[in-house]
Amino acid sequence: MNAQTAITEGHADTPKGNYLTNGSTLASWLLTKDHKRIAIMYLISVSVFFMMGGLYAATIRLELLTPASDLVETATYNKVFTQHGILMIFFFLIPSIPAILGNFLLPLMIGAKDLALPRINLISLYIYWLGGGLTLFALMQGGVDTGWTFYTPYSTTFSNSFVMFVGLGIFINGFSSILTGLNFIVTIHTMRAPGMTWFRMPLFVWAHYATSLVMILGTPVVAITVLLLAIERATHVGIFDPSIGGDPILFQHMFWFYSHPAVYIMILPGMGVISELISNFSRKKVFGYEFIAFSSIAIAVFGFLVWGHHMFVSGQSIYAGMVFSFLTMVVAVPSAIKMFNWTATLYKGSISFDTPMLYALGFMGLFLIGGLTGLFLGAIGLTVHLTDTYFVVAHFHYVMVGGQVIAYLGGIHYWWPKMTGRMYSEFWGKISAMLVFVGFNLTFFPQFILGYQGMPRRYAAYPEELQVLNIFSTAGASVLGIGLIMPAIYLTHSLIFGKKAGDNPWMHPGLEWRTSSPPPTENFDVMPVVTWEAYEFGEESGLDLEGAKRRDAASIA
Amino acid sequence: MSDNNSEHLHMNIPKYIGIFMILVVGTIATYFAATVDMDRFFPGANTLVALLIAFTKMTFVMLFFMHVYWSKRLIWLAAVGSFFWLAIMFAYTMQDYLTRGSGTFSG
Repeated sequence: MNAQTAITEGHADTPKGNYLTNGSTLASWLLTKDHKRIAIMYLISVSVFFMMGGLYAATIRLELLTPASDLVETATYNKVFTQHGILMIFFFLIPSIPAILGNFLLPLMIGAKDLALPRINLISLYIYWLGGGLTLFALMQGGVDTGWTFYTPYSTTFSNSFVMFVGLGIFINGFSSILTGLNFIVTIHTMRAPGMTWFRMPLFVWAHYATSLVMILGTPVVAITVLLLAIERATHVGIFDPSIGGDPILFQHMFWFYSHPAVYIMILPGMGVISELISNFSRKKVFGYEFIAFSSIAIAVFGFLVWGHHMFVSGQSIYAGMVFSFLTMVVAVPSAIKMFNWTATLYKGSISFDTPMLYALGFMGLFLIGGLTGLFLGAIGLTVHLTDTYFVVAHFHYVMVGGQVIAYLGGIHYWWPKMTGRMYSEFWGKISAMLVFVGFNLTFFPQFILGYQGMPRRYAAYPEELQVLNIFSTAGASVLGIGLIMPAIYLTHSLIFGKKAGDNPWMHPGLEWRTSSPPPTENFDVMPVVTWEAYEFGEESGLDLEGAKRRDAASIA
Repeated sequence: MSDNNSEHLHMNIPKYIGIFMILVVGTIATYFAATVDMDRFFPGANTLVALLIAFTKMTFVMLFFMHVYWSKRLIWLAAVGSFFWLAIMFAYTMQDYLTRGSGTFSG
C-alpha cells in the first residue's frame, strides 16, 4: 500500500470493526493480547492510582494550610506524604506514558500489528495489578511512613509500618516495567514496517527506546535493593545498618542508581510526546531530528552517572560529590538540545493552539523552570542550603508534574480521537489546560521561595511567617485539582456524546493516523510501506490535505 | 555462532556440570580469601579479590549458562552493555568509598 491509498482507505465510508468492538465479554478483555486493549486497561488502572495519589496530595496541602499540625497527626502525615510519593512515582509516573500511550501507539507508529511479545505484554499488566494490589493492601492495613525513598536505617530498623509489604509490591511492580521495556526494544528492532528505517521513526518511538534501556538496566537494581532491605529487616544481616556492620549510604547509592534514571523513565516518554505535539501542531518538520533522537539516548546514558547528586549531604566523599556535581551539569546538555530544537521547530511554523498544543507549550515553560532549578541543586555548594527544603519539592514537581504529567495530558488529548474514535470538547479542553497551568504554577512556584527561606520538607507544622505562601500553594492545588478532574469528565462524556473523530482529525502524517479510528485489531488492513520521512507535511508523504478538507466539508454538510 | 533453537546442542551435560563445578570452586575460594588478611598488601585488597572471583563466576554464567557465547552480535552487545552498566555502579560507588576520608567542606 502506498501512502496515498493508506490515507484513502483510512477514510473508507463503510464502517469497519475495531479493537473496541472485537469482543465485549470480560474474558475478551482480561485474556486479550491486543496491545491497544492492554493499553486501555493500563489507562483505567493508572488513573485509579493517580486519583488516590491525588487525594493524598490534597491531604498534604490541606494540612499545610495552617502552620499547626491540626488536620492529621504528625505520624499520619508521615504516612500521607510517603504514600503520595509511592503511588505517584511507582504506579503512576513510571508506567503512565510507556504503558498507556507507548503500548497503544508504538506498534501503530512503526507499522506493526502488535508488540513483538503480546503475552509478555499481558503478563506485565497482571504483574502491575499484583504489585499495585499488594501495595494498596499494605496501605489499607496501616501504610508505611519511611518516605518513598525507604532510607535506611530507619526503614530497616526503626519503622513499625508495613515496609515489607510495600517493598514487596514495588519489587513485583518492577518486573512489569522490565517486561514492558524489553517488549518495546524487541518490537522496535524486529517489527518495523517495510521502509520504516531507524531515522524515519517518530521521535516518540526513539524516546521509548531510550526509556526502555533505562527500564531494563536500572529497574533490577532497585528490585535487588528493596530485596536486600527486606532481608536485613527480616534476618538482621548487616547490609545497611551500621550497628551490625552495614552502611546506610550503600543503600542510597543503590537506590539512587535506579531512582535517578527513573526520573528519565518518567520524563523521556513525555519528551517523546512533546516532540510529536510541537512538530505536528506547528505543521513543520521537527528541527534537528537526529539531535533530538540521540539526545534521548544521551539522557538515558548520562542519567546513570549522576545519582550521587541526591547524596551531597549524606556523608559521601567530597571527591565523589565533585564528580557527581560535574556530571550533573553534563546531563543538562542533551535536555537543552531538545528545548532548543523544539523552540526552533516553532519558528515560522503554522502553529495551531489546539488543546494538546497548549499542554506542549506549557511543558516547555514548566520543564525549563524545573530543569534550570535542577542546576541549583546540582551545584555542590548551593545544595547544602537547599537540600530537604521545599525548593527540592518545587523543583521535582516542576519536572514531574510540569513535565511528565503535562506531557501525558497533552498526549492523551492528542491521541484520544485515535484511541476512542471520538472528539472531546475543545472548549473545555482549553479551559482545563489553562487551569492546570495556572493552578500548577500557583501551587509550586511559592514553594521555591518557601524552600529558599528554609522551610523543610516532610513536616506537618511550620513557622507562622511562612503561612501566606502556603495558602497560595494550597489555593493553587485546588485550581490544579479542578483542572485535572475536568478531563476525566469531558473525556468520559465524549465516549458517548462526542463527535466522531474521523481517522486523521489533525491532518498529521504519522502512521498511526493512516488507519481507522479506533484502529482495527490488526492495526492496518494492509501492511503499510513507508516511503516518506518523519514529520513530512508535503504531498510526498501522501497527505492529501485538499481531499481531506473536501471530506470534512462533506461530512459537516 | 548460530541463532536457532538448538542451543541445547552447544554443550553436553558433563560440560554444564564442569561449569557448575567452576562456580562452586569460585564460591569456596571467595570464602577462604575472606579469611586471609590481604589488606596488609594494600587497602581494599580483600574486596578486590572477592570482586575478581565474582566477576569471573558471572562471566562463566553469562557465556555458558545464558548461551551468550553462541549468540548473535546484538546479544553480545546487550550482554557487554549490561556488564558495563554494572561496572558503572561499582566504579562510582567505589569512588565514594575509596575517597571518603579525604577532604572535608571545612578543609
